[in-house]
Amino acid sequence: MSVKVSIPTILRSITNNQKLVEVVGVNVLEAINQMDQQYPGIKEKLIAEDQPHRFINIYVNDSDIRFCDGLQTNLKDGDALTILPAVAGG
Amino acid sequence: MLTIHTKLVEAMLAQANKDHPIESCGVIAGALGSNLPQRLIPMENAAHSEDFFQFDPQQQLQVWKEMELRGEEPIVIYHSHTSTQAYPSRTDIEYAAEPGAHYVIISTALLSGESVRSFRIVDDIVIEERIKIVKTYEPDLKQLKVA
Repeated sequence: MSVKVSIPTILRSITNNQKLVEVVGVNVLEAINQMDQQYPGIKEKLIAEDQPHRFINIYVNDSDIRFCDGLQTNLKDGDALTILPAVAGG
Repeated sequence: MLTIHTKLVEAMLAQANKDHPIESCGVIAGALGSNLPQRLIPMENAAHSEDFFQFDPQQQLQVWKEMELRGEEPIVIYHSHTSTQAYPSRTDIEYAAEPGAHYVIISTALLSGESVRSFRIVDDIVIEERIKIVKTYEPDLKQLKVA
């Protein structure tokens, strides 16, 4: 399943300044693992203790994966994976 | 320095006062690379808390997509502190992930008095900056003539 991943500004230093990265994976975790092969270090920015990092929002198309199957959320050919830093604070 | 239109400051203050004692939050978009805040978008505080805020993730995706389509970026990211001074908390610093944005904090705490301050937060380092509140974004013609 080939998907396009939209990379936020803060992580583009890892992706050679690329805004869109194309990867293959049957679910979000596989896509992230594959991305980490191409761009080592990106996985640890996205995942902590086998869960999406609380500082990061990951969406498949228009849905936050926390409200789907998390990192196991399935991907179809042509899906868009969007990564955004969560905006939050105290 | 953050240069910002007076109407945007008034809108942030009005929103913060309306939401008090819950923390208020939002973003002001502007053209990419312009460093000028133009379009204020109040955001839903998904935490509904007096000491925490979080942009609603679904709303954030829509707003971020719209900015992308319009050739904009987040110039200002603002939120309120409802019982403490307008200075970034440890959590604010942990979450700050837009090195190009001006982080504006509005305090509605009774003790500190109403205040608005702006910060850059990069790699966990906080630098306060001056806020220049203007009535128009037109260039200062007098200054241009002198030059």
